[in-house]
Amino acid sequence: MAIVYVDNKPYQMNPDENLLHGCLSQGFKLPYFCWHPALGSVGACRQCAIKQFKDEHDTQGKIVMSCMTPAAEGTRISIVDPEVVAFRAGIIEGLMLNHPHDCPVCDEGGECHLQDMTVMTGHDYRRYEFDKRTFRNQDLGPLVNHEMNRCIQCYRCVRYYRDYAGGSDLNAFALRNQVFFGRHEDGVLENEFSGNLVEICPTGVFTDKTLKHHYARKWDQQFAPSVCVHCALGCNTDAGERDGTLRRIVNRYNHEVNGYFLCDRGRFGYEFVNNQRRSRQPLLKGQPTSVASARHYLEEKIAQGSVIGIGSPRASLEANFSLRTLVGRDHFYSGMADHEVKLVRLMIEILERGPMRTPTLREIEESDAVFILGEDLTNVAPRMALSVRQSVRRQPMEAVKKLKIPLWLDFGVRDAMQDAKGPLYIATPHGTRLDDVATATFHAAPDDLARLGFAVAHALDSSAPPVPEADDWPLANEIARALKGAKKPLVICGACCGSEAVIQAAANVAMAAHAALSFTAPECNSVGAALMGGNPLSAAFQAARDGNADTVIILENDLYHRAPQAEVDSVLKAVPHVIVLDHLPNPTTEKAELLLPAGTFAESDGTFISSEGRAQRFFQVCTPENEILASWRWLKPDHWQNLDDVLRAMAEALPQLEAIRDAAPSSKFRIAGAKIPRSPHRESGRTAALVHINISEPKTPEDPDSALSFSMEGTPDQPPAALIPFFWSPSWNSIQAVNTYQKEVGGPLRGGDAGVRLFEPSPKNGQAYFSAIPAAFQPRESEWLLVPMYHIFGSDELSLQAPAIRELAVMPHVAINSVEFAEGMEVEVTLANGTFRFPVRIHREMPAGVAAVSVGFSPLVAVQVLSWGKIARAK
Amino acid sequence: MKPSFDKPLTERMHPDGSTVDVQAYELAGGYQAIRKVLRTGMTPMAVTEEVKSANLRGRGGAGFQTGLKWSFVPRGKDVPNPTYLVVNGDEMEPGTFKDRLLMERDPHQLIEGAMVAGFAIEADIAYIFLRGEYTLAAERLARAIEEAYEHGYLGKNILGSGYSLELYLHLSGGRYICGDETGLLNALEGKRANPRSKPPFPPSVGLFGKPTVVNNVETICCVPHIINRGGEWFRGLGRTKDGGTKLFGVSGKVKRPGLWELPMGTTVREILEERAGGMRDGLKLRGLLPGGASTDFIVEEHLDLPMDFTSLAKAGSRMGTGTMIVLDDHTCPVGMTWNLTHFFSRESCGFCTPCWSGLGWADRILKAMEEGRGKPGDLDKLAFQTKMWTPGHTFCALAPGAAEPVQSALKHFRDDFERHIIEHRCPWS
Amino acid sequence: MLTAEEIQEIETEVGHYPKREAACIDALKIVQRHRGWISDESVREIAEHLGMSATDVDSIATFYNLIFRKPVGRHVVMVCDSVSCWIMGYDRVREQLRERLGIEYGQTTPDNRFTTLPIVCLGCCDHAPAMMVDGELHSDLNPQKLDLALDKYK
Repeated sequence: MAIVYVDNKPYQMNPDENLLHGCLSQGFKLPYFCWHPALGSVGACRQCAIKQFKDEHDTQGKIVMSCMTPAAEGTRISIVDPEVVAFRAGIIEGLMLNHPHDCPVCDEGGECHLQDMTVMTGHDYRRYEFDKRTFRNQDLGPLVNHEMNRCIQCYRCVRYYRDYAGGSDLNAFALRNQVFFGRHEDGVLENEFSGNLVEICPTGVFTDKTLKHHYARKWDQQFAPSVCVHCALGCNTDAGERDGTLRRIVNRYNHEVNGYFLCDRGRFGYEFVNNQRRSRQPLLKGQPTSVASARHYLEEKIAQGSVIGIGSPRASLEANFSLRTLVGRDHFYSGMADHEVKLVRLMIEILERGPMRTPTLREIEESDAVFILGEDLTNVAPRMALSVRQSVRRQPMEAVKKLKIPLWLDFGVRDAMQDAKGPLYIATPHGTRLDDVATATFHAAPDDLARLGFAVAHALDSSAPPVPEADDWPLANEIARALKGAKKPLVICGACCGSEAVIQAAANVAMAAHAALSFTAPECNSVGAALMGGNPLSAAFQAARDGNADTVIILENDLYHRAPQAEVDSVLKAVPHVIVLDHLPNPTTEKAELLLPAGTFAESDGTFISSEGRAQRFFQVCTPENEILASWRWLKPDHWQNLDDVLRAMAEALPQLEAIRDAAPSSKFRIAGAKIPRSPHRESGRTAALVHINISEPKTPEDPDSALSFSMEGTPDQPPAALIPFFWSPSWNSIQAVNTYQKEVGGPLRGGDAGVRLFEPSPKNGQAYFSAIPAAFQPRESEWLLVPMYHIFGSDELSLQAPAIRELAVMPHVAINSVEFAEGMEVEVTLANGTFRFPVRIHREMPAGVAAVSVGFSPLVAVQVLSWGKIARAK
Repeated sequence: MKPSFDKPLTERMHPDGSTVDVQAYELAGGYQAIRKVLRTGMTPMAVTEEVKSANLRGRGGAGFQTGLKWSFVPRGKDVPNPTYLVVNGDEMEPGTFKDRLLMERDPHQLIEGAMVAGFAIEADIAYIFLRGEYTLAAERLARAIEEAYEHGYLGKNILGSGYSLELYLHLSGGRYICGDETGLLNALEGKRANPRSKPPFPPSVGLFGKPTVVNNVETICCVPHIINRGGEWFRGLGRTKDGGTKLFGVSGKVKRPGLWELPMGTTVREILEERAGGMRDGLKLRGLLPGGASTDFIVEEHLDLPMDFTSLAKAGSRMGTGTMIVLDDHTCPVGMTWNLTHFFSRESCGFCTPCWSGLGWADRILKAMEEGRGKPGDLDKLAFQTKMWTPGHTFCALAPGAAEPVQSALKHFRDDFERHIIEHRCPWS
Repeated sequence: MLTAEEIQEIETEVGHYPKREAACIDALKIVQRHRGWISDESVREIAEHLGMSATDVDSIATFYNLIFRKPVGRHVVMVCDSVSCWIMGYDRVREQLRERLGIEYGQTTPDNRFTTLPIVCLGCCDHAPAMMVDGELHSDLNPQKLDLALDKYK
């Protein structure tokens, strides 16, 4: 650490950082705009000016930008020097010349960085008396709203969108005080991470368009810490609610996981919670019934015996465990299809055994050579794709270091780096959205992908099994060299291809390269559900068909996503009593005799285990006035009073899950005797909200399950990471208040980041190489190998029920490289259990004999893994 | 008539305004410098040292030591390839018309200079970045480059020496900010011409991230003469310690506006009165910008200062490009200040706040004032803005350049500004 | 569609740089020379040819003043409005131009003959005021000389 004198007092600052970073980390209220911890410094806004002195005798000093000046040992600066205070006032005055001052009608109002900085700088009187410049706004699609008149030209949006997220359809146009940030023409922002513009923009140019449809001020919302349910990465979110409606999702910083950014599915998928088709009360044989009679019915069926339960990889551990407890472990069945369980179990076994370590997303970002085997990351684990996109900068960064350019000096680094990229190899059946930064791509059938992996492993370590008929594979050798030459090599794999061989190959590579190994998993709690175990789903189906089940309880699971329609139809027909708990109507709920309205993440507390093996807790934010309850509350035995009891019982029954109790503090946790308020502090108070109905203050709902209160009353102190409902601190109303929650700006949260990691094998552990190497793929004469193709907007069941995401969902199609078919042509794809109609998209990069089909939504809902099928032109 | 002093830069030029072609250039002793460099086994360092000894300072306005700049380029085997030389022919400083002459009238001098400079920094590729409106210069340079290739002066293995240099002419899409060293590099890369962060400096991280030297046209044109006749000789051409001759120009209401090659350090008065013939009859001098739009006004009392890189600091100004713009007593100083500010405001790249915002505001204040809508307090606002445009407060030198005429006009012509506000009109209109 | 001629000219420029997108400004100028101005369609065509996004090409096109993103007349009159020309009588030239053509800067005459634009110092300060019509420099202007000069352009 370096000693930096700020107004003659010594402070410790990180010498590898700039003075703005140092000052903010020390808690100084130094205003800034263009700088962002994830984007570095460019010196555009000039707002963070300070005065720098040569030595203690220098009384003149000179004004410098703190973001552009290193925090070098012995640096002497002043923040309060009158000249620099006047300069900063001049800057904010300049920024505000053209700003419309439309805060009352601006969605950003009350959580606006520009408002905060204006107040911080003391700018309160307007001297500019000429016309303001105005712009025409663009329609950027259903996610992000555009209001350019508010722009202060800080360039953060384009730096984030282009330089960080790799987008190419947002840029700066024109110049001087007329710079327009937008697209060449109106249209949906193409990048899958566009929603972060909402938080990156320091004012109201880019705002959440979904929030606009049910707007509430930050100070009028209540928030709860949550975990994203739309993929398995477990990005931390804060969910905002008012009057029983979930208003939005904002990023909850977790240094190790999502950092500052979410994907658009994660940010905007939440609206399924508000979907009008939600089940809001129990339905018995299609008729609304009371909670009491529903419970009675449930108890009756349990008492009658031969009840089986089917769990769910998208339900919490608590919900799964409650069901398991209710039906007994022998009658509890996994909610995943057998082949899914097999793949997820394989991944878990590999990670538990080690020695390969599964990295956090931050560690992925810091990897300096990456080999992706089989995964279309942007479409299955989007936030990980954003991390991989950063990783390609690591190796070129070493050359930049040699030029003595500080790494935070963003434009300097980029000028020096140019288009140089570190090694990233992507081997997948079809092209991916990361191909633009890949060193090389390889598109092949899953068996050939596995063979490539095995060949890389063998090239790295001759004791790894060789691949028959692929002795000297130049690409494999190249990848092996890249991984070997890296300090932090990484292999990424997952269930995308539905192939065990691909996963085993990835494990071999990671082992041989001493690399980190990251697996993606299909759903938000796939890993948790697999760890909990249960009998195979096929056995449940068998039991049902054999007449061994009078009642089946299906937990948050549309079985038609697990198996072909005919099969599920026959199973559900065979069981006399079908009880379903879920959020939204689906083909399975249609078959329910009793349907129980299950709380979503917004109405429940619970724990998910992410693909990293990180157990993370989410907390209820909505207190529904109807009969919606967390699934575990429907299913739990009476003697479990609250979440703590469920967790305790689960730890006892399943020791492998004991650690998840530490995912967040218990319901007893207090700070100085006080709970943590879900609502931001506000002047008007709760009473004002309902004054048109009743002037007496309503009682706030109790929360027996967590240390959070449904109120603005509670501790004024910052809660531990797992319990942060929103970021706010005095003077910092915007989400950039997160600066004040970190040990050092951009670093871990104080007290440690949220979640507990379950897979930490000893690096000394050994694991034998997998040796079942598949034969090379042989295309067939009249059949295609069908591989599943996932879509960020479309393949996720729940987000597809959010209107904005549904609007963006891709048209399901079959991707193919063939001269037989033309782009857009309608074809019939015939699999073992049905014929489905799709339009064709020609993918020139794809291997012969392989076709990729959209899965997860109509018409091909259930994944028919790696099956052979026929494709014919539709009549 | 034989000049009483050497005029290396302009001596070959045809009086009829036509261009010096390759034959004429060779006949007049051209392409001897590059021959000397390549045939006598001069090393790049030796060439650099010669230029250093000449005390050749950048003629674009900043006056940085050319030899020193060259010496910053990393050399040797490990150096990233290629190294670039970029000739800044983006002459856009209002009131400046010197590089156009050099490029139109003696393009081979520039090409030879680029070859020698390229050799000194071990460049592989050179670009001449020419402003798009210089159509005649473009035509003549393009032809001259063609001739140079035909005669073996450019391309692979120049004059059998083993040294190779490609030279390309790039025509700009416009914008004053392209004249900024790093804005120019971005423009040449086909990007928006926002200036870059420094560090890293172009000699280490320049065009396409590679080592690059950017030199002004006039600077490069001096180089062959330094090689031919020695640094010592070149330095001796100046009357003060800055070496060489300089193209000085005068525009405005003088008797003979024009451009002359004169020894560095010639006084303002000599240029104004002897060369330009003094003010037109009936007009008096109110002040002048000594070297383009981004220099401070000087007034009568400063006329005996020598035009070089240091002397004008005494009057709070700079030599800049050496082409002065004269303000007479029948022209409104407020109008002139507005014109200059309007120019800078229009050309702001839009990157840093004091520039894009402050210049736009100052432009509107001055417009209002000139149109009789000025208000008490406007001068304080202007003065405050000029402080916001101090070097280091802004990202590049554009706004500091804009500050110079405004702050000096407020100093020298304050009464005129106040009259505009009090009388609600421009007294000259 | 870019014409074969346009493509050939663009490719020559591409050959001067280590990467294709560096020739973006050259490409814009080439296409403008052939078509008079840069339409949205031209932006997209250039983008495709250079492997860039239309947004990126447009971002560059809108930065530079010699790239016209609106249609222009047969002749583009660029009048220097910088300081030396201003001192030497720019206002009168400007007024005469406005009167004769009946248009403001940035506009095109109804007969599509002229578009007028202000331009930065043309480096002709010793013969101010100056203007440039279709790349041809006219100096020492006054209202009469302006009229004569414009007559040439049909």
